[in-house]
Amino acid sequence: MTKAMLIDTSICIGCKGCQVACKEWWNLAPTKTTQVGTYENPLDLNADTWTRIRFSEYEAGGKVRWLFMKWGCMQCANAACVDVCPTAALKKNALGFVSLERDLCNGCGYCSQACPFNIPRLETINALTGEAKATKCTFCQDRITNDLIPACVKTCPAAALGFSDRGKVLATAKTRVEDLKKLGYAEARVYGESELGGLGRVYVLTAPAAAYGLPEKPEYPVLANFWQNLLQPFGYVAVGATALGLGVNWVLTRRARLGDVETVEPET
Amino acid sequence: MTNHIADFANSDVIWIMGGNPAENHPCAFKWVTKAMEKGAKLIVVDPRVTRSAAAATLYAPIRSGTDIAFMGGLISYILENKLYQEEYVREYTNASFLVNPKFEFNDGLFSGFNPTTKAYDKSTWTYQLDDKGIPKRDLTLSEPQCVLQLMKKHYARYTFDKVSAITGTPKDLLEQVYKMYSETGKPDKAGAIIYAMGQTQHSYGSQNVESLALVQLLLGNVGVAGGQVAAMRGLHNVQGSTDMAALYNNLPGYLATPMGREQSLADYLKRVVPTTNDPKSLNWWKNYPKYIVSLLKAWFGDAATKENDFAFNWLPKMAAGKDYSHIALFEAMNAGDIKGFIVIGQNPAVGGPNAGLERDALAKLDWMVVSELWETETTAFWKRPGVKPADIKTEVFLLPAASWVEREGSVTNTGRWVQWRNKAIDPVGDSKPDLWIVNQIMNRVRALYKRDGGAFADPITKLDWNYGDGLPHAHTIAKEINGRATADIKDDKGTVLIAAGKQIPAFASLRDDGLTTCGSWIYCGYYTDAGNMAARRDNSDPTGLYLYSGWAWNWPVNRRILYNRASLSPQGVPWDPKRAPLKWNPETKAFSGDVVDGGGAPDAIYPFIMNNEGVARLFAPGLAEGPFPEHYEAWESPVQNLLSKQQNNPIAKIWESDSNRRSDAAKYPIVGTTYRLSEHMQAGAMSRNLPWLVEAQPAPFVEMSEQLAAEKGIKNGDRVIVENTRGKVQMVAVVTKRIKPFNINGKTVHQVGLIWHWGYAGASTGDSANSLTPHVGDANTTIPEYKAWLCDVRKV
Repeated sequence: MTKAMLIDTSICIGCKGCQVACKEWWNLAPTKTTQVGTYENPLDLNADTWTRIRFSEYEAGGKVRWLFMKWGCMQCANAACVDVCPTAALKKNALGFVSLERDLCNGCGYCSQACPFNIPRLETINALTGEAKATKCTFCQDRITNDLIPACVKTCPAAALGFSDRGKVLATAKTRVEDLKKLGYAEARVYGESELGGLGRVYVLTAPAAAYGLPEKPEYPVLANFWQNLLQPFGYVAVGATALGLGVNWVLTRRARLGDVETVEPET
Repeated sequence: MTNHIADFANSDVIWIMGGNPAENHPCAFKWVTKAMEKGAKLIVVDPRVTRSAAAATLYAPIRSGTDIAFMGGLISYILENKLYQEEYVREYTNASFLVNPKFEFNDGLFSGFNPTTKAYDKSTWTYQLDDKGIPKRDLTLSEPQCVLQLMKKHYARYTFDKVSAITGTPKDLLEQVYKMYSETGKPDKAGAIIYAMGQTQHSYGSQNVESLALVQLLLGNVGVAGGQVAAMRGLHNVQGSTDMAALYNNLPGYLATPMGREQSLADYLKRVVPTTNDPKSLNWWKNYPKYIVSLLKAWFGDAATKENDFAFNWLPKMAAGKDYSHIALFEAMNAGDIKGFIVIGQNPAVGGPNAGLERDALAKLDWMVVSELWETETTAFWKRPGVKPADIKTEVFLLPAASWVEREGSVTNTGRWVQWRNKAIDPVGDSKPDLWIVNQIMNRVRALYKRDGGAFADPITKLDWNYGDGLPHAHTIAKEINGRATADIKDDKGTVLIAAGKQIPAFASLRDDGLTTCGSWIYCGYYTDAGNMAARRDNSDPTGLYLYSGWAWNWPVNRRILYNRASLSPQGVPWDPKRAPLKWNPETKAFSGDVVDGGGAPDAIYPFIMNNEGVARLFAPGLAEGPFPEHYEAWESPVQNLLSKQQNNPIAKIWESDSNRRSDAAKYPIVGTTYRLSEHMQAGAMSRNLPWLVEAQPAPFVEMSEQLAAEKGIKNGDRVIVENTRGKVQMVAVVTKRIKPFNINGKTVHQVGLIWHWGYAGASTGDSANSLTPHVGDANTTIPEYKAWLCDVRKV
C-alpha cells in the first residue's frame, strides 16, 4: 500500500521540531549557520539537513501572512532520480517512497541534477578520494518498514503532519481544503495529488504554490527522459564509464591532497 | 489557570494578547488548533504578526504597553451595548454592590493618593454595608453608586477614537475584535483569553491582567468550560514553583509571608484571615489557621507545639516597606548590602532587567553558589568581555546539577496538573539532583550551627529535616507535602477518622490543633494512602470536555475547573447544557462531572469561594493602583498619556540612578520590546548548548518594519546597534512586513522587537537584549517592565 505524508501548512506553526527530530533520529551533524535576516536556518538542504522549514511572508488583500512549509524529498511517483541513478541506489519502494541504499551509491550526483525540486545533496565521505554519497529524506525508511511513522511526524507538536495510506491522506487533505475554504481561505488547495504522477508529500496550502516557493507545475526533467530513453539501454557501459571517471578522479584528488597532508602531519 | 490548556478545545473564540503560544508553548497551541478545527475563531492582538498570528482568524496590531486602553475600550463597548451575560454578572460578581460614596476617580488618580509617599490610602475603596455588615446590593444594576455603573462611567472615557489614538490599532480592526469577542457573552458561548509575559511585564502588569479578568467576568467566561483567563507559564514547573513558595511574599499554598511586626500567630492571623457576615459566602480562607499550623507542623515537627505558637516565630519575616523582589535584591546587592547569593535554576545575568547593572552587582558579593547544568553568564560574569577577572573578588562556586531527566519527582503545569516523572537516566558525571544539593547544604549548615552556635539558631537546628546523608527520596518529600496525622484524629464519639501516621486524604481534614501536618495545603490529596495520585495515567474523558480527570492530579482536590459552580445558574441549570462541566441532579441532590467547588445545593453558596464576598470582583480594591485598571504610559514612552495628566503609573516602583536612567523620547524615539523563540529556552543555558538548536537559531536578532529600516538605511541581515541610556547591543536586523509603524494620535511611532535568549557564555554567544531593559516594576508584584521601553537603532 502506497503511503504518504500529510503536511498541513494551515496548522504548521514553524517550530522546526521536525527538522531537529530528523537530525536526532539520523544523528546528522549540525551545520554551522549564521543569522542573515530570517527565521529560517539552515538556509538550504544539505548533506546533513534532509528536511527544513521554509518561512515566507505573503501579502495579499492588505493582509500580511506568514507561511511555514516543511521541505524535503517529495517521493515522486515518477521519480527522475530513480530513473537516472546508474547503480540502483535509489529505488521506488512498494510503500511509495524513494529508498536510498547508500552502499550502492557511487556519488555521481545525477539524482541532484535530475530532481525537479533540487533535493538530493552529496555528502563527501572521504576527503582524500573525493568520494561522495547522495543524501535525502526517505520517510525514515528504517522506521516505516518496521511499522513506525517517520520521526518528523512523530514529533510534530502541532499535529500538522500525518502519515498514512496515500488514499486516506488525500481524502483528509481534501476535506481540510473544503473546511478551509469555508473559513475564508479561498486559495486553499491540495498540492501533490497528481504532480509528477503523485507526490509522497501531500500538502494542504492556503496560498498559491509560488508563495511557498513551490513550483506550480513541477516537470519531469528533459535530461532524465533522454537518459531513460537513450542511455538506459547502454546503462552498463555508462556505469563502466562512471567507474573509470571515478578512478581518474580518485587519483587526481589523492595526488592533490597528499601535498596538504604532508604539511600538517604531526612530527612523531 | 482556572482551567487547563486542553480546555481551549472547548472555546468558541480564543483571544491571544500579550503572549505567543505557537512560538513559546507549541504543545499548548495544539488545543487552540483543535478548537479551530471545530469552528472556533482565533483573535491575535500583538505588535507584530507572530507565529500565533499566522494562524489567526483576525489579527490586530497594538503598540506595546497599551493593553489597558485596548481592554478599556472593550469594557465600554460591552457595557454600552449591554453585551454582558446579565444573570452571571448580577449574581456572581460584585456588579450590584454599592460602593462608598467617598470613592472617587479624578484625572488618572483614585481617591486616597498621597503624592509624597506615592501610595494610596484605600479607606474609600470599600462597599456600603447594611446593618448586618453585609455589602448593600442593587440587583437592578442601575444605582449610580453600584459597581457596574461606576465601571461604566470609568470606561466611558475609552472611546474608539481615544483607544485607537493610544494603541495605534486602526478603528475598524478594534471594532472587529470587540464584536467578535463580545459574542461570547451569550450564555451558550465561551471564550478564552490567553496571555503571558506580554501582559505581566509592565509597570502596570497586574492591572493589565485584571483588565482581561474584567472582560471575562462581564462575558460570563470564568468557571465554565471553554472560558478562562489563561496564564501561559514559561516552563513546565513554574506553577509548581510558585505553589511551593518560590516568591518571597508567599509560603507554600499562597499563605502570606509573616511581617516583622507580627509577633504571634494570632497577630498574623488577624491580618490574613478574611471575614464575612454574609451566610451565603463560604469565605474559604477562614480555614487559614488550619493550613498555616499544618505547615508549621510539617516544617518543625514535634518542636512545634501549641505552647510555642507552633514555632510561628521561627519563620522568616518581612520588614514593613522593604522590597524583596528580584530588582530590589539586585539593587541591594549593588549597594553592597547582600554578601552571599545562592542561585538555583536561574541565569539573571541574561534574564534579569538592566543586565549590565545586575552583572556589576554580582561583583559586590563575597560569594556566590550556582547550581547549574552548564557554565552560564551568571557563573562566568567575572570573566565576561570587558572586565578584568583580577578586579573581581567574588568567590564563585558552580555545583553541577542533574537535569530533569536525571531525577524523579513531580512537576505542576500551567493548568495545575501535578504530574509525576520518573528518572530516565542516571545523572551525568558528578552532577547531583537538586534534592541532594539542598540536603547537603542544610545538613552542613546545621552541623555548623550545632558545633558553633549562632544568633537565632532554633529555626535551623530544630527544623524537622531528617533525610540522612544521601539523596532524599522524592516520594518521602511528596508525602510530606501531602501531610499526615500526628496522632489519631477522632470524631465527637471517639471513632478514629484518620489513624496516627496515616496520610491526610484531602485538605478538608486539616486542623489547627497540631494533629495534622501539610507542606502545602493545596497539594493535600496528591499523595495519599491510596498512592501517588500524580502518577495516574488514565486519559479517558467521560464528559467529552477534555477534563481527563483520571490523568495525574489537579490541585485542589482534583478539580479540573476552578469556580465551576459559576457554570450553573443559581437554580442549578447549566448556562450551556452542551458544555456543562458540572450537572446538578435535584432529585439525588448531587453534582456530577467535575469535582464541585464548595458543597450544598447550587444556590446555597456563592461560587467564588476564595473571595470573602463570595462573588468575583469587577471592583477590585486588592490591587495597589486602584479598583479599576486605568491606562498609563510605560515608564519610557514616546507619547503623552491621552487619557489623563498622569503620564505613568503613579505608584510604580522605580529605581532611578546613574545605572538606571530614563531614556528620553527625543533621543530614543523607538519603542523596544523583547521576546523568545521556539528554538530556544529562556536565558539560553538549556538550548544554546545544544548544537541542533543553535543550528536552527544561531544568533540574536532585532525585528523591525521595512519603513523603519528604510529611514535608517538598514537592509535585511545588516548588523545594527540598538541602544539607550542603559546599554548598547549589536544584533542582526530582520526587516519584515510583519511589523508596521504605528499611527499614534497622528504621529508615526516605530517599534522594534529583540530576541533576549543570548549572552557571552555557552556554545552560542551574542548580545543580551536585557542590557537595555529598566529596573522598573509593577506596584503589586514588582515584575520588571521588560516589554515596553525606548531605544534607538542604527547601522553598524
